[in-house]
Amino acid sequence: MIPARHSFLEATARARVRGLLDAGSFREFCGPAQRRTSPHLPALGMPVAFDDGIVVGEGTIEGRPVLIAAQEGAFMGGAVGEVHGAKLTGLLERALDTRPDAVVLLLDSGGVRLHEANAGLIAMGEIQRAVFDARAAGIEVIAVIGGRNGCYGGTSIVARSCDRIIASEEGRLSVSGPEVIEAVEGIEEFDAQDRALVWRTMGAKHRRLTGEIDEIVADDIDAFRSAVAAVLGAPRPFDLDALEAEHARLAGRVARFKGAKDAREIWAALGVNDPDRVSDIEADEFNRLVAVLEGDRP
Amino acid sequence: MKADAAPATPDISSTERLIGTLFEQARLDRDGALITGVGEFDGAEVAILATTGRTYIGADVALAMARHVLDVMRDAPGRPILIVVDNSGHRLGRWDELMGNNGCLAHLTKCLYFARRRGHRVIGLVNELAVSAGFMALGMATDACYALPSAEVRVMALNAMSRVTKVPLDRLTELCATSPVLGPGVENFTRVGAIRAVWSGDLRAHLRAALAEPPAARDDRRDLGHERGGRALAREVAAQVRAGA
Repeated sequence: MIPARHSFLEATARARVRGLLDAGSFREFCGPAQRRTSPHLPALGMPVAFDDGIVVGEGTIEGRPVLIAAQEGAFMGGAVGEVHGAKLTGLLERALDTRPDAVVLLLDSGGVRLHEANAGLIAMGEIQRAVFDARAAGIEVIAVIGGRNGCYGGTSIVARSCDRIIASEEGRLSVSGPEVIEAVEGIEEFDAQDRALVWRTMGAKHRRLTGEIDEIVADDIDAFRSAVAAVLGAPRPFDLDALEAEHARLAGRVARFKGAKDAREIWAALGVNDPDRVSDIEADEFNRLVAVLEGDRP
Repeated sequence: MKADAAPATPDISSTERLIGTLFEQARLDRDGALITGVGEFDGAEVAILATTGRTYIGADVALAMARHVLDVMRDAPGRPILIVVDNSGHRLGRWDELMGNNGCLAHLTKCLYFARRRGHRVIGLVNELAVSAGFMALGMATDACYALPSAEVRVMALNAMSRVTKVPLDRLTELCATSPVLGPGVENFTRVGAIRAVWSGDLRAHLRAALAEPPAARDDRRDLGHERGGRALAREVAAQVRAGA
C-alpha cells in the first residue's frame, strides 16, 4: 500500500503550513483579517493580497514549538515586498523572545518584488540579519524549498544563511533566474527554454550532490513534515570554526571545478557513474546514490 | 603610436583614488577588480575590502572577499573594516550558478556578520555603483552603509524593470518621482533606510565620525526608513509579528 501523496508543490502556502504542523496547533500573526496589504502595488494598478503573499505564525510539530512562515507562490511569484519582508523579519526576531525549537521557512520566491524594489531589497538584508541573530542565539532556522517558483534572488541567499535546507527534487535554488541570465548574457551562455539545463544547473539534485542542500524528499507534505521533525532542535554550529570549515568547502569546490561547463561533469567527478540518469531517478533512489557517494568519501 | 596608446600616468581606478583621499597611507593588493589592504587613519589601522570598475561579484570574487574578512578576524582582532562597494551585482553566468553563488554570497555576508559580532566596526561606502545582491552581500552586511553623492544604488535599471513588470517605462518614471521604493538612486535608498547618509565634502571627517559611532544595538534600518518617509509599514508590521499579534 502506497499512501496517497499530498503534493507540496501543488499546495497553497496555508495548506503547506497546515500539513507541516500538528492539527489545530497553528496560530497566525498579522493574518489576512487584518488586511495588511502592500501600500505600493495599487499605484501600479496591481492587485493586493490580504496577507501580502506570506503566512507567518506559530504552532507545533510532533508537540515541539516552532515558528513558521510560508510564502504564497501564487501571489506575485512569492516575491518579497515591504510588508511581506517585515512579516518574515518580525517572525525571526520573535524567536529571540520565545525560543522555539526551530524557525521553519517555507520559501517559494523569485526574490525581490520589483514593484517595490527598494523596500524588497532592504527587507532581504533585514531578513538575513534576523536569521543570523536567531542562529547566534542558538535557535535553528530551517529552509524548505519545494514550490513552483523555486528559491531565487535574495531569497536564495537567505536560504543559504539558514542552518539547513530541505527540498524536494522539484526544488530549485539559485541567485539568478534562467531568463535573466539569457537576457543579459545571451542564449549561448544560458538557454532558459532548456528545462533540462535549468534543472541540472539550479535544481535540488545538483545542490544536494554539491552539498548546498542537506536533504531531498519526495514531493509530499508528509515527507517534508517528517524531514523537518527529524532535525528539530539540532542547530548547526555557528562559530568561527564552522565558518572556516564552510570556507574551505566552498573554496575547494570553486578551485576544483574552475572550468566546469555542465553539472554532469561535476557529478561524474564526484563519483556518479551515470550522470545522464540523475535527472530521471526518484527521490528514494537518488538518496541511496548520495548515501553511497558519501560513504565512499574518505 | 606606442606613446599615444600609453597613458601619461598609470591608470588608477576611482576606488583607489577614493582610498587615497580617505587614508594618510594605504598598503593595497590588487587582484583583478578586488582591492584589499590596510589603510592608516588618524594613526590607527583600518582594513580595506574594495572592488572597482563596477565589477560583477562572481562565486570566486565573493570567496576571495570572504577570505579577506576571515584573515582580518584572525590576524587583527577588532580592526575596523571599510568596504568600498562598487559592483554591478552578482555575476550572471552558468558557471557561477553551477558553483552556487548564492551560497558564496551568503558565506561572505556571514563572515561580515561575525566580524561585527566580534567587535570589528564594519563600514560600507558605495563608490560608483551597487546593484541588488551585490548591495545585499556587501552594503547591507555592514554596521552602517554610506554612499558618495555620485553613486548609484539599484535593484534593476528602469527599462529592464519595465520589461519584467510590464508597467510602461513612462509610467514607472512618473511614479519614481514620488515613490522612494521603486526607482534607483542613493536618495531613495537613503529614504528606505538602507543608506545611512551621503558623504559629501570632507570625506575624512565623515569616515572619522562613522568609525567613532558605536554600532546600533539592533537593526535600526526600518526606523530610519520610517523617519525618512521611505517605508511607512515595515517597522510596525515587524513589531506586530514579533509580539505575536
